Amino acid sequence: MLAKRIIPCLDVSAGRVVKGVNFVELRDAGDPVEIAKRYDEQGADEITFLDITASSDDRDIILHVVEQVADQVFIPLTVGGGVRTVDDVRRLLNAGADKVSINTAAVNNPQVVADASGKVGSQCIVVAIDAKQTAPGKWQVFTHGGRNNTGLDAIEWAQRVEALGAGEILLTSMDRDGTKIGFDLGLTRAVSDAVRIPVIASGGVGTLEHLAEGVSAGRADAVLAASIFHFGQHTVREAKELMRARGIEVRL
Amino acid sequence: MTTVAIIDYGMGNLRSVAKAIEHVAPGHLVQVTSDPAVVAASDRVVFPGQGAMPDCMRELDLRGLRTAVLDAAASKPFLGICIGQQMLFDHSEEGEVAGLGILAGNVIRFREAEMLAADGARLKVPHMGWNEVWQAGPHPMWDGIPDGERFYFVHSYFVAPADEAVVAAQTAYGRRFTSAVARANIFAVQFHPEKSAHAGLRLLSNFIRWAP
Repeated sequence: MLAKRIIPCLDVSAGRVVKGVNFVELRDAGDPVEIAKRYDEQGADEITFLDITASSDDRDIILHVVEQVADQVFIPLTVGGGVRTVDDVRRLLNAGADKVSINTAAVNNPQVVADASGKVGSQCIVVAIDAKQTAPGKWQVFTHGGRNNTGLDAIEWAQRVEALGAGEILLTSMDRDGTKIGFDLGLTRAVSDAVRIPVIASGGVGTLEHLAEGVSAGRADAVLAASIFHFGQHTVREAKELMRARGIEVRL
Repeated sequence: MTTVAIIDYGMGNLRSVAKAIEHVAPGHLVQVTSDPAVVAASDRVVFPGQGAMPDCMRELDLRGLRTAVLDAAASKPFLGICIGQQMLFDHSEEGEVAGLGILAGNVIRFREAEMLAADGARLKVPHMGWNEVWQAGPHPMWDGIPDGERFYFVHSYFVAPADEAVVAAQTAYGRRFTSAVARANIFAVQFHPEKSAHAGLRLLSNFIRWAP
């Protein structure tokens, strides 16, 4: 059976992992290569890098980061953050990314999803959707860290990007992001049931049990988390052992 | 020095494949090439592929690489990966395109009606992630790899060989499908060994040592 995936996510700015990673024995806590290797050893199924570089001058540094990681870590790598054009997608893939995640640019210009997937294949294109609940059973798509309401219905938008050629959806609850109280399971399940492409749940993980819930109650195909792994609180292996104990198929 | 050619026909990035092979084959010359002469002169050949099969077939012919692939597949250790496996067959439903016809059979898409898990949940297409690869029998390429080991897949089409004897492994996703084939000096896989962590590196390492 296909395993449910666990994906650690790292924020990278100007080539360095930020928001801190606190493993024991890590020589350089800001080095993306060293951290990615550590997650690979723990059994991470993929790794996602979110480029949060503020200065446009430093934008190309992410390409070098991807090259270095891809040369040494042999699991799938997804890169997102500031991806606007098909050329941006192509350059990240050429550097060694397996998938590229598009967020705001997809909202501003949905055609970029169609153009990119037409050029490089759906399997390389992830559309990231940041959603907030606006009424019971209703979620809307937000951009700019949850400040801008696009007015788009999250479920309809997910179906639209699937039709445009997205190969996967990275779904983040902006209500839950950073709260550590668990995924928005209603949102996760509603989107996962509405599309035929895989959905990665994100936002709100505080315990290993939350990861299992994302898959069981949320019906996500993969779960993404950051802080729970970064501070040595839990390893990816522990997360998988817990999920297996809950009857979830994992790669151990 | 042993040489490994990775055939580049302009469909996507081959950096990961090259780096993974370099990782397991220190001292070997690993070349990403679109030069038929380099392919012909290499000791081992890797035939990767991503994207859509009709585009792959077109680009392969545009670069005049068809004969080099046919010759390599007939004469030296040859590893097909993903679309590189699919292209070895007669025909694909994807774009209704002819393949290279090296192995008999067709490439077909996962059927919507079969995409149900045991618990009734709908299985997503593409088949993306880590799934079990059940070996049909012993083969030098499976050396040191446990039966049922997980490898990383991402695909919507799979091969249906006409000759059962070429099936080297199967994987279950809604149905059982062929996830690896082998015949003489040819071994080809639907999954991505270059993205399959230790198991994938082991398979690539086996390929470097394989003497069919």
